[in-house]
Amino acid sequence: MKRAAPTLIVLVLALLPLLGMEPRVYLTLTVAGLAMGMLIFLVASGLTLIFGLMDVLNFAHGALFSWGAYAGFSAALLLDDRAGWVASPSVLRNALALLAAVAAAVLVALVLGVVLERVIVRPVYGQHMFQILITLGATIVLEELIRIVWGPNDQVMPVPASFQGSWDVMDVIVLRVPVIAIGLGLAVYAGLLLLLHRTRVGLIVRAGVESGEMVQVMGHNIYRYFTGVFALGSALAAVGGLMWAVFRQSVSPAMGGEQLIFAFIVVIIGGLGSVTGSLVGALMVGLSYNYVAFLLPKAALGVNMALMVLVLLIRPTGLFGASR
Amino acid sequence: MEAGAGADASMSETVLEVEDLNTYIGQHHILQGVSLRVKRDAVTVLLGRNGAGKTTTMRSIIGLLHPARGAIRFEGKAIDRMAPYDVARLGVGFVPEGQGIFATLTVEENLRVAMHREDAASRERLKRMLALFPDLERFRHARAGTLSGGQKQMLAIARAFVNPQRLLLIDEPSKGLAPIVVEHLIAALSEVKHETTVLLVEQNFAMAEALAEQFYLVDDGRTVREGPMAALVADAALKKKYLGI
Repeated sequence: MKRAAPTLIVLVLALLPLLGMEPRVYLTLTVAGLAMGMLIFLVASGLTLIFGLMDVLNFAHGALFSWGAYAGFSAALLLDDRAGWVASPSVLRNALALLAAVAAAVLVALVLGVVLERVIVRPVYGQHMFQILITLGATIVLEELIRIVWGPNDQVMPVPASFQGSWDVMDVIVLRVPVIAIGLGLAVYAGLLLLLHRTRVGLIVRAGVESGEMVQVMGHNIYRYFTGVFALGSALAAVGGLMWAVFRQSVSPAMGGEQLIFAFIVVIIGGLGSVTGSLVGALMVGLSYNYVAFLLPKAALGVNMALMVLVLLIRPTGLFGASR
Repeated sequence: MEAGAGADASMSETVLEVEDLNTYIGQHHILQGVSLRVKRDAVTVLLGRNGAGKTTTMRSIIGLLHPARGAIRFEGKAIDRMAPYDVARLGVGFVPEGQGIFATLTVEENLRVAMHREDAASRERLKRMLALFPDLERFRHARAGTLSGGQKQMLAIARAFVNPQRLLLIDEPSKGLAPIVVEHLIAALSEVKHETTVLLVEQNFAMAEALAEQFYLVDDGRTVREGPMAALVADAALKKKYLGI
């Protein structure tokens, strides 16, 4: 019952707005909220693993989100120019274009993640103030690099033709991109659970989240796992960035910074190092943001902050966080 | 350092040699000259009052703290600059004070994560540990955080034996445990101590007496006495002076 409490809270929160709106509007907002939640989950899951395992406050996570979006944007543009895969009416070609964009985003983020961890994060392990300063510095450099490479202005993200538009499900308008985002988020969640709970690497990472020191005295080079987790977290942020760009149909150099605040809220709500906590937290944030933005637009971000404060008051380690 | 009656360093091969160890924690000069030798297949106990530097000695040996001066040699190899995971891979196991178990992992996962390699030999040792500690077998799939204090300590010790250890460092295994549980722990350690060389830190004198063959007394960050355990047991004045018993 205790473990199910966070899920029950999400369900109650999800059903509460039905009191103040029509069911059709509610369903549209719910799909949008779930999609937003899943995209935030992609960013927050990487952040929570980095935070939980490495105790690193990585403010450059938002910049990796932007880099992923731009890498995918370039891949999609290239495939559209050379092969017409984005504008093609073929679902297969559209899907391949999206997969290629995801692959480009992941590849760029993996390389950037490894370089960032080795060069700027490793010297400041255990020093939170330096971590904040140096990762904020990296964010500025990475964002400026985006402006140099891709230009300072917002650009239109090419969205594969089959994924544009909406489905009409019993008079409810269901946009296609959010549904894809929800599917991708669930797939990533399942993949992360398999990695963490069915592999030896995952076992060591989970142990490391509890005590890096003990993992080391058991003969495991924790720094290798740090690099791997940082790179994986960066790749998740990049996929989140790309999907956010597809969702919003645009890319901009500072787009990551805007998402980072949501991701930190989610990590705190869900509990450090908990992937399931991140999913539940992200869905809470995504849904509440959309419902409140419809009912009381100015309070949309505030309600997420209030949610975080409430969770911290009731359970300071977050909904799924282990007591340390 | 004064040698107690009957001490004979050349009696058997030295596995671990610590010489004039000086370790700082922040600005604090905790170890100011710890020297000791641990002989193969014996249990050597480090005794001393709270804050004497016993745990810091253990953490320096395993590599969690790096000494400012002095030398640590394991089977003749200098390990004082090595990372903890490299020291562990040489065959040095560590059971820390407070057990250091992973509360959110199951009992079995705690044992598996401790394996250097998850091979047939390690799995065989895991089975042996589960047979040796029936409570661990019974709660094999339960979260380790739900175990009692004694069961957690059993798990911490079993975990150290899933690898072929050449030296095992055990830091205050009886701390916080009820007397009856300590008795069980002594019995369990007596079962497994013959499989490896042990350096034990212990405040519980009865446990030290039951398990150890050699002792070192640590006071104010220095080793002040050493010798056979039987000599310390018989020396009431020494026990009073350094251990307050």
